[in-house]
Amino acid sequence: MDVSQYLEIFIDETKEHLQNLNTEILNLEQDPENVDTINEIFRAAHSLKGMAGTMGYKRMQTLTHDMENVFSEVRNGSIKVKGNMIDILFQCLDALEEYLNLIQESGDEGTNDNEPLIRQLNVVLNSKESPAPVEKKPEEPVKKEPVEEGDAPKWLSIKFDGTQKHVLQEAVNQGKNVYGLTVKVQEACILKAARAFLVFKALEDLGEVIISSPSVQDIEDEKFDLDFSLIYVSDSPLEKVLQAVKSVSEIEGAQGAAIDEEKIKDFTGEAAVKEKEPVAVAVEEPPVVVEKPVERKPPAVAQSPAAKGTEKKSQMSKPAVNRTVRVDIEKLDVLMNLVSELIIAKNSLVSASVGDSAGNSSVNEHIEYLESVTTNLHESVMKVRMVPIESVVSKFPRMIRDLTKKLDKKMELYMSGEETELDRTVVDEIGDPLMHLLRNAADHGLEPGEVRKAAGKPEVGSIFLDAYQDGNNVVIEVRDDGAGINTDAVKEKAISRGVITPEQGESMTDQEIMNLLFHAGFSTAEKVSDISGRGVGLDVVKSKIEALSGEVEVKSKMGMGSTWTIRLPLTLAIIQALMVDVGGEKYAISLGSIQTIEDITPDEIKTVQNKEVINLRGIVIPIIRLNGVLDIESKKNPEDNMTVVIVKKGDRLAGLVVDELMGQQEIVIKSLGRYITKCKIISGATILGDGEVALILDTNALF
Amino acid sequence: MEELKVELRSETTQFIIVRLGDEQYGIAIKYVDNIVRMQHITRVPKVQSYLKGVINLRGEVIPVMSIRVKMDLPADEYTKATRIIILKLEQQGNIGIIVDEVKEVVTLDNSQIEKVAYESKEEKDNFIFAIGKYADGGLISLLDLNSVVLEKESV
Repeated sequence: MDVSQYLEIFIDETKEHLQNLNTEILNLEQDPENVDTINEIFRAAHSLKGMAGTMGYKRMQTLTHDMENVFSEVRNGSIKVKGNMIDILFQCLDALEEYLNLIQESGDEGTNDNEPLIRQLNVVLNSKESPAPVEKKPEEPVKKEPVEEGDAPKWLSIKFDGTQKHVLQEAVNQGKNVYGLTVKVQEACILKAARAFLVFKALEDLGEVIISSPSVQDIEDEKFDLDFSLIYVSDSPLEKVLQAVKSVSEIEGAQGAAIDEEKIKDFTGEAAVKEKEPVAVAVEEPPVVVEKPVERKPPAVAQSPAAKGTEKKSQMSKPAVNRTVRVDIEKLDVLMNLVSELIIAKNSLVSASVGDSAGNSSVNEHIEYLESVTTNLHESVMKVRMVPIESVVSKFPRMIRDLTKKLDKKMELYMSGEETELDRTVVDEIGDPLMHLLRNAADHGLEPGEVRKAAGKPEVGSIFLDAYQDGNNVVIEVRDDGAGINTDAVKEKAISRGVITPEQGESMTDQEIMNLLFHAGFSTAEKVSDISGRGVGLDVVKSKIEALSGEVEVKSKMGMGSTWTIRLPLTLAIIQALMVDVGGEKYAISLGSIQTIEDITPDEIKTVQNKEVINLRGIVIPIIRLNGVLDIESKKNPEDNMTVVIVKKGDRLAGLVVDELMGQQEIVIKSLGRYITKCKIISGATILGDGEVALILDTNALF
Repeated sequence: MEELKVELRSETTQFIIVRLGDEQYGIAIKYVDNIVRMQHITRVPKVQSYLKGVINLRGEVIPVMSIRVKMDLPADEYTKATRIIILKLEQQGNIGIIVDEVKEVVTLDNSQIEKVAYESKEEKDNFIFAIGKYADGGLISLLDLNSVVLEKESV
């Protein structure tokens, strides 16, 4: 077996543990006395260490080991949590993350030993007050437990054959220790075989597994319940062996005892009896085995010293962890594709029934049924793809904490709506833009403490990150109570950078000026810092969000702060669209971007600055003739009334002139493929009920 | 002996013979995913003129190009024999090309394939990587699909 097949699991789990540690250490900083938090940290660090060790990442293991030592002392109360210590711990987490990134890229942890960090950890460790008495305590119950419980470990029922007996005796003769072990895997463990493998690997470092029950093959094939038993030969003391087993994460516990020569003989005797008379199992010590050999759960399992002290608490206040299934996104895509074909089938049925003017009612019934099925299927598949944005935003409190120190500004981040769900692909992409916005808010938005005090605001600045669902959109708002955007400064900057001319600047509204911030190569920060101010932030934010079919807006009031609003569609694959006819060709316009549909007479169109506009209920809206944009002849008489679809992009509106409206339809978005890349105004294609392809207009590209 | 024969046979390449105007061209069969009848092609605006648009092939949207336009031949005339050959290319994904007719599949031994070494100024010759020689003496131009499909800005 090769460890590499577990690499992916390792990376995923390590990420989770690191995130967990980040969050919990932040909590610890706020509330240094919270026992639950400390225990949680300890557990995460412990699993991390075990995982790194079994995967053979020694540097990672060393670092986590030293971190764990510190946590252990904190838990025992011999070290108090201090600000400086938290900083060191965060640096350690960063170092671990670096290891992880290296592992992810190359499969190797790199060569950075992070010695200074380890030294710092040891300094912290040595500052403890009374080390000796506390440390030994947790060890004791472990050793005693298996004995005290008088429970029948399963390894006792393992049978040997002649050769195995010989091997064991040989080992004893060589002065090695022979142990019987029973290892129990946690019930929640998903990959039992992988865990078992890690146990084996850990054991093989220390000695040799002679017999396993069930057989190694069965264990690899996951053909075992929650535990497996081993006869094991090693030079190391039993404690060390048990420790090695328990360092594997998701192992609930391990029991073991030494087997001396006599017992080996006993076992042999038993095996001999067994061969002749399989029913009567003659084991002298302890006899209980016979009575309950099939009991599923050993009544008591030795906990690892780490988990031991906290066992009760963790059961009582076990946090509601999301039980997740990792689904390959490709599989989901296949499912998605199937659903889309189903919808296409439905659409063709619809068009067939329309053609059949007799209006066969039973066909209609079927269609309605099919429709409800497809809608449900669509919804449930979509839900599978949805993940809470929590996975992205949970790293922000840590970031703000770092910024507080770096910028020497006091600020607090308040988050809400972390449970809001978005399509997986969107969630993966949204992290960077949000980070940009938050950094911006911290660096540019919030004023330094003295300025805030002078302005009569609380010294500690507030940044809010709110997420919520709004119809078919998810809205994420980044808000600060800082200085707000100085439109005059923006205007000046824009003029000096040549983004706009002074004349243009005169006629621009405040909102238009703020939108200039999204222009490429624009930064108003007087000082360029490494946090923001490179002038790439906001236009990257904008393009990234637009790539996700979303939009971003900014609103601001001088002295009161600014609000950045990101709007994202819930899903990208299936949308409601308005089908329109332009010059005999069919195009789809996403319903989400349509404001209204108007019928206007040709003389309502006015010309302003060589551009056609209409005045619609007091608002001047530019007119875009789609037939011109799409290079096609309109089939309509220019004298006739025109149908204008008013679309919006953020706060802006535009009127699209179409030949005819064809109705609303649920469409499945298909990519045009890698080959057609030149056409910016078409965002994709869809297949209509009659099998024809219709193109989807990207109205955002028309503005 | 028997094994040897099989090995010899594996050094052959199969080509689909298509007609474009009066000339015949060969397309290596390993790149051909599918051959479909002419169907409605949805025009895509603002793209290169040789890109005719997209079609629906069992739920997939596939771009279709005109080899005639690309080769500066007279524009396509769609007849009953017109076919769209769906090519499967690693870089560009699936793409359809329009041909006047699909004739047959031939198997050419590698010795029957002669690479063209000369640089031709004539546009359409640049799309050919070799000439195939029939046993009966006939010749066939073998299309270099990568240069056929390659994007060309000037058109």
